Amino acid sequence: MTTAPTPELLPTGAGVADDHAHHDYRVFGLLTFLVSESLMFGALFAVFLVFRGEFPQWPPEDTEVELLLPAINTLILVSSSFVIHYGDVAIKKGNVAGLRKWYALTALMGAIFLAGQVYEYATLGYGLTTNVFANCFYVMTGFHGLHVLVGIVLILGVLWRSRIPGHYTAQKHVGVAMAEIYWHFVDIIWVMLFVLIYILAVVN
Amino acid sequence: MAQAQIPVSGEYPIGQEQHPAPWKWYDYFTFNVDHKVIGIQYLVFSFVFYLIGGLMAVVMRTELYTPDADLLDPNLYNALLTNHGTIMIFGWVVPAAIGGFGNFLVPLMIGARDMAFPRLNALAFWMLPPAGLLLLGSFLFGGAQSGWTAYPPLSLITANTAQSMWCLSIILAGTSSILGSVNFIVTMVKMRVPSMPWDKMPLFCWAMLATSILALLSTPVLAVGLILLLFDINFGTSFFKPDAGGNVIIYQHLFWFYSHPAVYLMILPIFGIMSEVIPVHSRKPIFGYKAIVGSSLVICMVGLFVWVHHMFTSGTPPWMRMFFTVSTLIVAVPTGVKIFSWMATLWGGKIRYTSAMLFALGLLIMFVIGGLSGVTLGTAPVDVHMHDTYYVVAHFHYVLFGGSVFGLYAGIYHWFPKMTGRMLNERLGKIHFVLTLIGANLTFLPMHILGTQGMPRRVAMYDPQFTQINQICTIGAFVLAFSVIPFLVNVIWSWRWGEKAGDNPWRALTLEWTTASPPIIENWHHLPVVTHGPYDYGRAGQGKAAVTTSGS
Repeated sequence: MTTAPTPELLPTGAGVADDHAHHDYRVFGLLTFLVSESLMFGALFAVFLVFRGEFPQWPPEDTEVELLLPAINTLILVSSSFVIHYGDVAIKKGNVAGLRKWYALTALMGAIFLAGQVYEYATLGYGLTTNVFANCFYVMTGFHGLHVLVGIVLILGVLWRSRIPGHYTAQKHVGVAMAEIYWHFVDIIWVMLFVLIYILAVVN
Repeated sequence: MAQAQIPVSGEYPIGQEQHPAPWKWYDYFTFNVDHKVIGIQYLVFSFVFYLIGGLMAVVMRTELYTPDADLLDPNLYNALLTNHGTIMIFGWVVPAAIGGFGNFLVPLMIGARDMAFPRLNALAFWMLPPAGLLLLGSFLFGGAQSGWTAYPPLSLITANTAQSMWCLSIILAGTSSILGSVNFIVTMVKMRVPSMPWDKMPLFCWAMLATSILALLSTPVLAVGLILLLFDINFGTSFFKPDAGGNVIIYQHLFWFYSHPAVYLMILPIFGIMSEVIPVHSRKPIFGYKAIVGSSLVICMVGLFVWVHHMFTSGTPPWMRMFFTVSTLIVAVPTGVKIFSWMATLWGGKIRYTSAMLFALGLLIMFVIGGLSGVTLGTAPVDVHMHDTYYVVAHFHYVLFGGSVFGLYAGIYHWFPKMTGRMLNERLGKIHFVLTLIGANLTFLPMHILGTQGMPRRVAMYDPQFTQINQICTIGAFVLAFSVIPFLVNVIWSWRWGEKAGDNPWRALTLEWTTASPPIIENWHHLPVVTHGPYDYGRAGQGKAAVTTSGS
């Protein structure tokens, strides 16, 4: 190795424009990653639809789905997307207390959604291995539930960091934005799942 | 959504501000965030796995010297063929081409100080060692035995523990690949030096962009297939169990939706290497820059819609065979565009027969053979007869060994001086090239004949009428194994004692040659300014670095 000279360090003062400065590309990175995630759910949807086309009756007998609870759950999750946006609006005005309030409410709604999901699993009367529909049902909703859980963890992370005064400001809140984008993504996926699994089952 | 992308001044690629001194050898064994360290980590890691996978191949070829299974238990043979394929793809070509050359070269070529997300980059690399250990560890449980394709029902009934480890290993490697792709895309879109517009970006970077888009779109689909397979093996679901209402064909679709594009993941970066090596060593501007860029992108898009040509014998309906035959023949066109562009670049050039150039020329020949056998296989009427014979084995070894591995060697000979600051020995390089070329053709050319005569692939025992040709292949495999020795000696010796390379030993014009060899941490003191195209050989500014200041 050559003895490379020390790269000069930047002054720590704010606002120094130099080519060492590193812009924040995390939002763009997250969006790129979500494209990949969409394909993952897309593959699951495709598997589900192929099976749906193959079976004479879908869902097969004895594995019917219930509609009321998931409908309430859908309502909760979709509204939570608006709630989290109020948090984003708040931080853009520099209102950290508002951010904390709305994000905490979102996390709570996410937790209620998951609890509803668990309750549904417990009361449906069939399990993962009952038949191919049950396989799809549990794997798809479970996989989505895992994403909701990750979303809640991200939101809790934002809440944890927002304790520090000045960590999020009206100008600097990329982490807040990323948690929100991810939450919207999880929400959109759920609406598609709801249509595929529940609505199409009733239309049948 | 918040638009909060403000410049954060004073923030280095994470972790490097504490590391102004050059890297020590042990830094290469740590969670290092420098893209150049990560690139070399990928290259060395993958070469170790290349040797392991190669050893497996040699053992298999030794078994095939005689028609009977007299050396190995057939189950072990199955485990070897499965893991040979898996390791060569997920442990060697993909990490070496994308992780190794991609990480080392992309930031240097576009004038960036590092990748967009250095820590994510290191994380992606460090997912690979556990993935490799899972594969090797699976041999304690008999090893996965259902081929690298892991089709159910075979993968559901053989060596369940080992098969599950295999699935987890591929999911890990796939996740690493997705994270890497995110990093490459963001880096190339956002971090090119301001004086480099899209049409001045080196062709290797264009190839990496196409590769990353492809990996981003296809890998998650494989992950779904493998997750469902894991559920079928371990948790009693029946996605792929026909007796319980499942469907094995769905697995094949999920698998090939990734695994055909995986072929392009393994060859597009190599095409990028070709487009760099050939103009430099023939001292001519590349022929058809825009055509090569376009063909990479067309391969990326059309390559997503050809996967069913692996499934012509899976009860595929005629309309599907027709559609995918046509799309397969179409995807050969952009590849042909590249081949002709390289030939036109060579034409009338001042060719220097360096080891890098020799491997590039070897690739040109080998890949055309592999490409033509690919076109025959892509045609449904021929494929129905050739499916699962040695003709297929011959075809994909011509494109993957004659293509990818030759290209990786060309890249190593070309950029080793930049990576280490030392030249490789040219004489050993030429010996290496001749042995590799002879070995590869001796091993894989006769397999075409075996295939057309109907010898099935993936068998430890075969009809005695095929003995002679198999023996030729086995001898070829030994030549190939032997050919690695001069290369290893060369690399290890030159790394320490090789002739000093200087900043730009090939007098190349891309930006990586404007800094020191090996490049300093953060690549340049002052970012280079692009004053002309990356391949303007023989035009104004020829032989001069494209910058105002050098890094050393």
